[in-house]
Amino acid sequence: MIEVENLTKKYGNARGINDVTFTVEKGEILGFLGPNGAGKTTTMRIITCFMPATSGKARVAGFDVFEDSLEVRKRIGYLPESVPLYTDMQVPVYLEFVGGLKGVDRRDIKRRVAQVMDDCGLNAVAKKYIAELSKGYRQRVGLAQALINDPEVLILDEPTIGLDPKQIIEIRSLIKGLGGKRTVILSTHILPEVSMTCQRVIIINEGRLVAVDTPQNLTAQLQKSQQFIVRIDGPEQEVLSEIGKINTVSRVAVKESGADGINSYLVEFKKDSDGGKDIAPVIVRKNWALYEMRPIGMSLEDIFIKLVTEEKIH
Amino acid sequence: MKNFYLIFQKELRSYFNSPIAFVVITIFLIISGYFFYTIFATFSTISFQVMTNPIMAQQYNQLNITEMVVRPFFANISLFMLIMLPMLTMRIFSEEKKSGTIELLLTYPVKDSEVILGKFAGCMGIFTIMILLTLPCIFLIELFGEPEMGVVLSGYVGLFLMGAAFISLGIFASSVTENQIVAAVVSFGFLLIFFMMGYSAGFASETIGGILKYLSFTPHLYNFAKGVLDTEDIMYYLLFTLFCIFLNMRSLESKRWRG
Ligand SMILES: Nc1ncnc2c1ncn2[C@@H]1O[C@H](COP(=O)(O)OP(=O)(O)OP(=O)(O)O)[C@@H](O)[C@H]1O
Ligand SMILES: [Mg+2]
Repeated sequence: MIEVENLTKKYGNARGINDVTFTVEKGEILGFLGPNGAGKTTTMRIITCFMPATSGKARVAGFDVFEDSLEVRKRIGYLPESVPLYTDMQVPVYLEFVGGLKGVDRRDIKRRVAQVMDDCGLNAVAKKYIAELSKGYRQRVGLAQALINDPEVLILDEPTIGLDPKQIIEIRSLIKGLGGKRTVILSTHILPEVSMTCQRVIIINEGRLVAVDTPQNLTAQLQKSQQFIVRIDGPEQEVLSEIGKINTVSRVAVKESGADGINSYLVEFKKDSDGGKDIAPVIVRKNWALYEMRPIGMSLEDIFIKLVTEEKIH
Repeated sequence: MKNFYLIFQKELRSYFNSPIAFVVITIFLIISGYFFYTIFATFSTISFQVMTNPIMAQQYNQLNITEMVVRPFFANISLFMLIMLPMLTMRIFSEEKKSGTIELLLTYPVKDSEVILGKFAGCMGIFTIMILLTLPCIFLIELFGEPEMGVVLSGYVGLFLMGAAFISLGIFASSVTENQIVAAVVSFGFLLIFFMMGYSAGFASETIGGILKYLSFTPHLYNFAKGVLDTEDIMYYLLFTLFCIFLNMRSLESKRWRG
């Protein structure tokens, strides 16, 4: 549904994005991850025909964003990052205006407006001017205008920013419900959001694509090793040397030294070794006391940090 | 066509939702009213003196209300338009650029021409209301004298066409900057140049002087105010307007090209 090929955008001499290539299938929800200034907004602005690429191609539903801009724009619902709205209009009036421009039939418009206002939880502010709305409600109006013509493709630039937790959950499930029928690209900094809503993730850093995969695969691929926190009552030097001798252990270090001589150790096992089971026998043999032993998983956050600092997958 | 109408409607509405239209129209009417009063008062003083003083009657052997009131009235209004219209047009694209709403507007399936013409028509709407509100002055003249209605009519046509030219230039200026003040200053500056150009015709050679006169706003308006509806004058304003709209299209387009 969306094909992006070697897309490059330069702002003067400054880097925008560099040689970005990816595709999004129909019905897929794609998460766009990256630190500030990575180039998420830039990519979205090119796909939505707001600005042209320096080189490379982007197609939506087979239409080139540059050659057939009008056809592309008919099929897209876009929520820009800054949520720019006409603040001097009332919410339903604004939505009717946008609906008209986006080709919603005049006879359907009232019904459509009522529908999206319902979906986005806007009924409470139906009489207000947009200028009077809080940030979260503006965000909802922004989402409502993107949805008004029931577009095939949705491009959402940080859609859940500024919403309250309850609303975040509602909007996420709304977006999730859109998948299947519609193609969605959403950018975000909130990583659990990606694993919750998206089928695939793109990680972009300093304008370049770093990884494209499902959240599960990314997590699996990146878990180089398993780590455990182990709390043992025993002489520090001996514990370190004995555990270090276990051949599935790649690293051991004092994580936290307790006042009563009970230290917490961070034990890292080699990849694919089912190492956890090797520790206990050593402790028993040495007659130390074991207080705690728990694995620490690598969250998407860790992966993200790892990727954008290392910039390669191992 | 539908998009054009939607944008036209929205543009009109946003003028009335903000104090701009109200303030501009009110100030415009106060100034026009005041200057109309001075012209009219002068005229009636002179007429009174002529009636009582035969020597003056020889000086002013024919007192013509059309020439002494109606024509200066149109000339004045054109001057106030020069000052007030940039205030109406300055926000049209600058505001959208500043607030970022242009990003959504340009990603809707709407043609650039529909956006520009819709906004142009919206501003013309406000302007039309503004000059129609000066009609009471004409009724007042009608009450005290017999102005030539043909002149009044062609004068208004002239103002309307000139307003279209001013507005198209103002909107173009507004499309090249996100700063409203810059847009207003640029359009006022250029309008003033076109307004005054004809005055320097006397210093230039005949051909250049002729060109300057042709390019200037004022000689064309004076023809209208004399009651002469000449296609050449109509064409002048129409071409000026079309040219500005064309430039405006290019400036929006270049935004798409250069980003
Ligand atoms: N209009 C512009 N002029 C010049 N440089 C720009 C412009 N817009 C973006 N950039 C640059 O392009 C790069 C990518 O910016 P972009 O806005 O796409 O990042 P982003 O991933 O959306 O970041 P964020 O998470 O902060 O929204 C940044 O280095 C930025 O400085
Ligand atoms: Mg961004």
